[in-house]
Amino acid sequence: MGSSRSSFMRGMKDGIPICLGYFAVSFAFGIQAVQSGLSVFQATLLSLTNVTSAGQFAGIGIISASGSLMEMAGAQFVINLRYMLMSTAISQKIRPNEKILHRMGIAYGMTDEIFAISASHPGILSPFYSYGAILVSVFGWTFGTFIGAYSGEILPQRLISALGVALYGMFIAIVIPPARDNVKVRITVIAAMLMSMIFTYAPLLKNISSGFRIIIVTVVIAGAAAVLFPRDEEAIA
Amino acid sequence: MRNVYIYILVMALVTYAIRVLPLTLIRKEIKSRTIKSFLYYVPYATLSAMTFPAILTATENIYSAAAGFVTALILAFCRRGLLTVAIGACAAVYIVELIL
Repeated sequence: MGSSRSSFMRGMKDGIPICLGYFAVSFAFGIQAVQSGLSVFQATLLSLTNVTSAGQFAGIGIISASGSLMEMAGAQFVINLRYMLMSTAISQKIRPNEKILHRMGIAYGMTDEIFAISASHPGILSPFYSYGAILVSVFGWTFGTFIGAYSGEILPQRLISALGVALYGMFIAIVIPPARDNVKVRITVIAAMLMSMIFTYAPLLKNISSGFRIIIVTVVIAGAAAVLFPRDEEAIA
Repeated sequence: MRNVYIYILVMALVTYAIRVLPLTLIRKEIKSRTIKSFLYYVPYATLSAMTFPAILTATENIYSAAAGFVTALILAFCRRGLLTVAIGACAAVYIVELIL
């Protein structure tokens, strides 16, 4: 019981930077959602039930264009398919006999950032760690959406522009220290960035949607790294 | 415009299904060394691909974005925490946009 509590507190603490980054991004999402025709309540509900940045931004585009439900389902599937890889990785971090309700609970908050802190958490992952991180992070995500949707453009454009790099800064903070220490991780990071750049700017390849691009790069680069640099340790660090 | 709540429901169901199926269906430890290695490299490949080059278009102009990117790289290289790196990148963008 005591360890559940300390895991929960630790998760809340690690969730604070995520909460702040989410607040910045979801604030921008809230503004855009209202411009796309959603009410403040709908925008907030969307953030609370989806908790996915790229998927939600694509989603409000489809809603305002009155796209079909199939298109919506297909877009969400492709853009969010990377969570399947992340959930698979986390399935190896939790106890093999973990209760199904806890598995379902962790799944709700499987975002890029919560995945990142969960994957780098040493040892077996307690569901209570995830709950702590999810509680704080989803609060930031949902509350930021509400404030953005409600108060619109009270923030100067310059500040919103600066907040635009917050989440990327966080990703960099997660990726660079291990890349500095481990040449295999370093090669993986550089190769993924290069391939992502090629897919963003090269003719024909640039027509691939951003969600699908991330999946292709992840599968190809992580696959190549697994074949070229297989790991000896049994633990997924 | 169609009923917005139906869209929200479809979005939430598809997204949750993607997240919950691997966690509930994969109950055993994966033994394959290659798959384990693959899963180890997944976060580095994914986060790198999501960051670059998308960060370059995340702000008002590419100069401020590049300043934010480089600042984040330097701070992360010096092992600063998540929040410090994120705020440092934002501050760099803000300052460059004030100057330009």
